[in-house]
Amino acid sequence: MKKSNLKKIIYITLILQFAFCMFNSSSHALDAERRVLDNGLTLLIVERHNLPVVKVAVGINAGNLHEPEAKAGLANLAASLLTEGTKNRTAHQVSEEIEFVGGSIGASGGYDYVTVSLSVLKKDINLGFDLLSDVIINPVFPLDEINKKRQRIRGGLKASEESPGYIASREFRKAVFGSHPYGRLLTGTSETLDGITRDDLVEFHLKYYVPGNSIMVVVGDITGEEAEKLVDKFFSRWSAGKTKRATLPEPEITKERKTITVDKDLAQANIILGHSGVSRDNPDYYSIFVMNYILGGGGFASRLMQNIREDKGLVYDIHSFFAADKYGGRFQVNLQTKNESANTAIEEILKEIYKIRKTPVTDEELSDAKSFLTGSFPMRIETSGRIARFLVAVEYYGLGADYIDNYPGYINSVTKEDVLRVAKKYLDPENYILVVVADQEKAALKKDYTD
Amino acid sequence: MAMKNKFILLILSLIFLFSGYAHTAAAAVTDEEGYFHEEVLPNGLKVFAIKDPNAPLSVFQIWYDAGSINEQIGKTGLSHLLEHMMFKGTPMYGPKTFSRMIKRAGGIDNAGTSKDFVFYYQKLAPDRLDLSIELEADRMRNLIMDRKETLSERDVVMEERRMRLEDDPQSLVYEEVVAAAFKNHPYRWPVIGWMTDLETITRDDLMDYYRTRYVPNNAMIVVAGDIDISLIMAKIKKAFGDISRGPEIEKLNVREPEQRGEKRVYVKKEAELPYVLSAYKAPNLLQDDSYALEVLASVLSDGKSTRIYRSLIDKQQIALSAGASYSGIHNKYPYLFYVYGTALPGKKIEDVEAALYEEVDKIKKTPPAEREVQKAKNQIEADFIMNQDSIFYRAMIVAQFELIGDWKLKDKYLEGIEKVTPGDVQRVAKKYLIEDQRTVGILVPIQNSKLKTQDQ
Repeated sequence: MKKSNLKKIIYITLILQFAFCMFNSSSHALDAERRVLDNGLTLLIVERHNLPVVKVAVGINAGNLHEPEAKAGLANLAASLLTEGTKNRTAHQVSEEIEFVGGSIGASGGYDYVTVSLSVLKKDINLGFDLLSDVIINPVFPLDEINKKRQRIRGGLKASEESPGYIASREFRKAVFGSHPYGRLLTGTSETLDGITRDDLVEFHLKYYVPGNSIMVVVGDITGEEAEKLVDKFFSRWSAGKTKRATLPEPEITKERKTITVDKDLAQANIILGHSGVSRDNPDYYSIFVMNYILGGGGFASRLMQNIREDKGLVYDIHSFFAADKYGGRFQVNLQTKNESANTAIEEILKEIYKIRKTPVTDEELSDAKSFLTGSFPMRIETSGRIARFLVAVEYYGLGADYIDNYPGYINSVTKEDVLRVAKKYLDPENYILVVVADQEKAALKKDYTD
Repeated sequence: MAMKNKFILLILSLIFLFSGYAHTAAAAVTDEEGYFHEEVLPNGLKVFAIKDPNAPLSVFQIWYDAGSINEQIGKTGLSHLLEHMMFKGTPMYGPKTFSRMIKRAGGIDNAGTSKDFVFYYQKLAPDRLDLSIELEADRMRNLIMDRKETLSERDVVMEERRMRLEDDPQSLVYEEVVAAAFKNHPYRWPVIGWMTDLETITRDDLMDYYRTRYVPNNAMIVVAGDIDISLIMAKIKKAFGDISRGPEIEKLNVREPEQRGEKRVYVKKEAELPYVLSAYKAPNLLQDDSYALEVLASVLSDGKSTRIYRSLIDKQQIALSAGASYSGIHNKYPYLFYVYGTALPGKKIEDVEAALYEEVDKIKKTPPAEREVQKAKNQIEADFIMNQDSIFYRAMIVAQFELIGDWKLKDKYLEGIEKVTPGDVQRVAKKYLIEDQRTVGILVPIQNSKLKTQDQ
């Protein structure tokens, strides 16, 4: 609620922004205790006694991948209604109980999986687990809460039209993934939301919110023994159900150049240029990661930032990334520049893509990328909350219990030849999707980009 | 989420009380356990070193009393542009070097500017902190500021302004409300600067400001992590100790005249939903009423169980989002307490505004319940504890309380919150949230007739 406003009120202007969609790490081992309960729940526990606080993240394989196209938004609606009424508590009771102890509980939708988070002081851990289990196991999806939530999601969709970045992302996703769930909005649309019934929600919950589909990570001021006791007490009643592990198809990718323009009264053109990418299990993942760091993932160390911000002063922020999900991914370059500079910026992006596909990166670029990616790991998992979310992802994508130890090896084994090879294979300066949200008259896109 | 953000606000804001305290303390003091050290170098540079053996990384922060309130009329945005220029190189470390060196060392660096201060930081492994010390000492005095680079970076900041303000209708309302609320105090200037001012700032303007304000006696360092305090202090003294003290800077001496009636501003802009932001003049933490104002903001809107959410969003269903916001540690001088809301499609912004005032009026009439006040206190306290998980924020917390007067005051902060009674909450609502002291901004959405999407 208050998030966006507070951000504005603080008004701290940071000089750069990063968008890393993939994990970094080094040999900074986390001692995680892992076991699978009788009902199928995967449990990971990390003891951290620096503060009297416990953070829990539960990843549930109940994301948008599992909803039918006609009911787009079902998975997200189900997740957002978990805290809005259970067999034991009304929506208000849930928020009142957790907020009274200064904690928080919430669920957020996702394409691959849903994350339910708990944040609580150690002394209130019993209440926290009670609430966490109640919202995951016993939501009742009250009709009036469904209607209220639906109305607010609709309002949110309308409000999002004020954000050029949101519009650009939405159009880009749609163009890359088409009718695959990755191509849709998490929230669904006004029309698909209308078609979702309470029965749909109850059934979706019954089918997918099962322990065998779930990964729980507990991090904080708690011993393994204490955590296991709590989980036994509150989650053993979570009946195993049938674990749905449907294998979904990879998105169909058509290789053709496509430009999408949205005309709005804006000072800047919001531009996304990119195409489909790779899934998380692609064997070239780490070579791609390093290559992208050099191209546009490495902030001021990246070529795109050097060329388009530092040399030409055309943007405040420009970055590129490969977002790699379970069944597919996307590559994109994002930037904002005054309408009149749109053509130049697009031209320069394409130049950089051609260049990294043609000429090997320098030794210095490669070694800089490696030293940052391996050395900056502790920052990615500095806090208990971050550790919990990180370990859910490691487990969900099957990266292995020793992932953190292996990571530097993955990065350090990438060669200049690998970088060149993956640039050629996974970057395409011909068949790209270009989205431009701008004052189109001022942006006056060249025919090269609109044909 | 909301709570976390609230706390970030809290921490960042406290730093704003850059009270010149740095010049007064003299001795070096280390606590009994050897985990905390404070010292003022002979040139006036204040240093804090905090040891935390459990921290997985370390942080180096340097703060300058050089926020946008120190600018001149016609030169707004200068402090923030200078922050950008700080990354443009010195004779020793040329252009495009700073961030590259930090990243090569596995670190992350950035900087921020507010109305009251500027700060620069790096997050690094503890054995790489030498790099921060060397680079920050160098750029405190030796910036090149090439003329061409300055012009290019000015363009970058203009793009930043377009992104953050021009194309973000609610941010424009905030900017207008603050500009209208203060008619004299330089708080009225936006940190990023007016576009027309940005167009005229020169390299010489920046250099003058830099020479005056980037001096050890106008700066403070906080270094924290799994560090060897005596070693790190020796390195800091070696790198910064020879930088000579600058002339004392005259303290900003300006007060905002009394406001005699509500002010209203309107922003007409292509937008989807109307929005209202209402800002009341309110004191900062230097006055005890600040604690009750923090609790009041929390009682009104810290979570889904509190008053504004329950009324405007849950029960009346007129707002998409709504809340209250206040931080007494945000600013050196009295600033603002806000209530705000975005109307749901089809709902009137007048009704949202009226409903916000109704919640305020209810508290003026009847003190909040004991349990509500206790909940607010618990939330503030839990946020305070949870956010210390980050060594970055722990460094900030120490800085902010030191800047109020003494870092040990951070314990007194929670005591101050704990002392607040329902009667106090009612009293400060009556005292500060009054119509004649507020400035209201309304976003009036204009529909763009040409809106369309095209596939080619």
